[in-house]
Amino acid sequence: MLVSLFIPCFVDQMAPRVGLAVARVLERLGHACEFRAAQTCCGQPSFNSGYWDEARAVAIRAIEVFAGADVVVGPSGSCVAMMRVFYPQLLEGTPQATAALDLAARTFEFGEFLVEKLGVTDVGARFPHRVTYHDGCHGLRELRIKEAPRALLRAVRDLELVECDEPESCCGFGGLFSVKYPMISTAMAEVKGGSLARTDCDYIVSSDPSCQLQLDGWLSRNERKPRTIHLAEVLAGEGR
Amino acid sequence: MTPGSPAADSHPVYEAEDPHLAKRKFLDDAAEHVRDTGHRAFVRKALGGYYINRDTQQARYRDWEQARDAASLAKWSAVNRLDELLPKFVAAFEANGGQVHWARNADEARTIILELLRGAKAKAVIKSKCMTSEEIHLNAALEDDGYGVVESDLGEFIQQLRGEPPYHFVFPCMHVRRDEISDLFGRHLGTPPTDSPEELTMIARRHMRRLYVDADVGITGANFLVAETGQISITENEGNARLTAALPRMHIAISGIEKVVANLDDLAVLLPMLATAGAGQPMTCYNTLYAGPRQPGECDGPEEMHVVLLDNSRTAILADPEQRDSLHCIRCGACLNVCPIFKNVGGFTYGTTYQGPIGSVITPHLRGLADWNHLSGASSLCGACTDACPVRIDIHHHLLHNRRNAAKTAPNRLERLGHKLFAAVASRPWLFATGGAVFRKTLWLLKKLRLPLLGDWLATRDLPAAPAASFRSQWRARK
Repeated sequence: MLVSLFIPCFVDQMAPRVGLAVARVLERLGHACEFRAAQTCCGQPSFNSGYWDEARAVAIRAIEVFAGADVVVGPSGSCVAMMRVFYPQLLEGTPQATAALDLAARTFEFGEFLVEKLGVTDVGARFPHRVTYHDGCHGLRELRIKEAPRALLRAVRDLELVECDEPESCCGFGGLFSVKYPMISTAMAEVKGGSLARTDCDYIVSSDPSCQLQLDGWLSRNERKPRTIHLAEVLAGEGR
Repeated sequence: MTPGSPAADSHPVYEAEDPHLAKRKFLDDAAEHVRDTGHRAFVRKALGGYYINRDTQQARYRDWEQARDAASLAKWSAVNRLDELLPKFVAAFEANGGQVHWARNADEARTIILELLRGAKAKAVIKSKCMTSEEIHLNAALEDDGYGVVESDLGEFIQQLRGEPPYHFVFPCMHVRRDEISDLFGRHLGTPPTDSPEELTMIARRHMRRLYVDADVGITGANFLVAETGQISITENEGNARLTAALPRMHIAISGIEKVVANLDDLAVLLPMLATAGAGQPMTCYNTLYAGPRQPGECDGPEEMHVVLLDNSRTAILADPEQRDSLHCIRCGACLNVCPIFKNVGGFTYGTTYQGPIGSVITPHLRGLADWNHLSGASSLCGACTDACPVRIDIHHHLLHNRRNAAKTAPNRLERLGHKLFAAVASRPWLFATGGAVFRKTLWLLKKLRLPLLGDWLATRDLPAAPAASFRSQWRARK
């Protein structure tokens, strides 16, 4: 299968290793990957701020960019939720409404794609560490992904998976919320980060680079351990 | 102060003096509250037992998700035919000798109630828990007119003594420690200190018994209005609402128009769900249906019973098909209990009658979007509220809808310009890639400049160093 990679804009600039790990895992499973260089942003910052006209322009571009791709796979529950759940709402009643629904049906979050679409849980990875998994809210509640990443982690050799005491609590990122209401966002990071830190793990595994930014930002500032790692990096066997 | 009315510690601040300050005040209060880590931990701990009980009770349903569907359908079908069900309720209730009063807004509701009190030559009023009375600021109006008013719900009584509005619309004093309650009772009621919750409850009960008998009028809310039978349904755990409704010679119930349900079958779905979602109970201790005043031959009950049906912008929500389901709300408080914003900023920071996610959805409709949209902004959109809602209100998406509506009707010009610029750049891949590269290369400098937004991030959180090359350039090199 030819997988069209959906690389969120901040992964492109700030966490390229995550995109490369996704490609390595998929290629190891025998699938080819393409990266359509015309892709930019999914438009979620504007959409979540209420500026839907501006977001719509960006969304229409993304729909055009991914036209004709068999499957679109992205390493972010949040950005995938934007495409799959919110594009159809954003473009309802416009000439692109059908195209939005069509793209939604072809778009998958990375871990979900492996388990639900490819039917794979064991990707042949080894990662000799104790880890906990942080559910990103968009993946958890917009895409209803809960078991897939855990099934993938349980199949990784020498990996021990434990749950924290606030598994479904938000890390407090929320996009521009994190800088418009920084005190609330930070308080949320403190609750979730504290819960994750108490697991005494080597890594916090996440499927959302935006949650990673928030959790690592708080953990680093407060000199707490551990740090996050993206699920794709674990599955590529790339523990830092 | 009139007889029976306890002297409050301070005067409650029900509304921001200047609504334009609402956002500033919210930000200030939130900043202050999050620094109080002890208080935040206390609230989290207080809710710990709730989660366990709620999960236990939900597991006892054959299928909680199907029950949510049924409850949602019951409310949906009622809210979408208020024009049929409300007159049906009125006819049935008035056939039993009750009287219904329609109030378009808070002002009319207060006027109606004050006239009823004057007509009854009342002096003392006892109340059971009623959020619509908070919504219309009834206590202040009654006290201004010289009536003694006592809250008979334990939590509301404590808040009345403290001179504070409810902290949480179901658990009004959840933020108050037991020793603080003991001190409060000591100061106001002269009782000895105690650490026993049972004894604290008994102190309030002993104080209250005489007041039920002395009160001329009992004011309650209504959890549901049953159209088919003309009854109002009141749910409570303490028995105080029964005494409030039954002992005084007049009973006035205040209810939002959205509280009507078609029949007792629908009520039977909603009552246990209210208890489970709201308090982790299988059923609330007392569920009582009131059908009207004392009937000939009956030995007790009020001589007169009135229901005040309150609109107060509910018809405006009804007119918005997108957010109409927010009228499904049965005020269980489940969305507050799971909300990370509520748990971190506390109930008072909202500055609203209805706190938490549902409050952030409906307050802009009640008080104006321009001044209250910041509540919709103050959310990471995590969606825990929507998953918790027993009647399936699409709560967190309505926060998005409020943001969109505000951006249309009262846009922040600078913000809009920012998003227009972003859209323009994101529509040009070469410009977007170049901009990204410039950002990455100059991030070290941007961090030092502490610009707005980035500086807000860096005040409490680190940002990693930018990688040497972007994904797109590494991908090109890889091929």
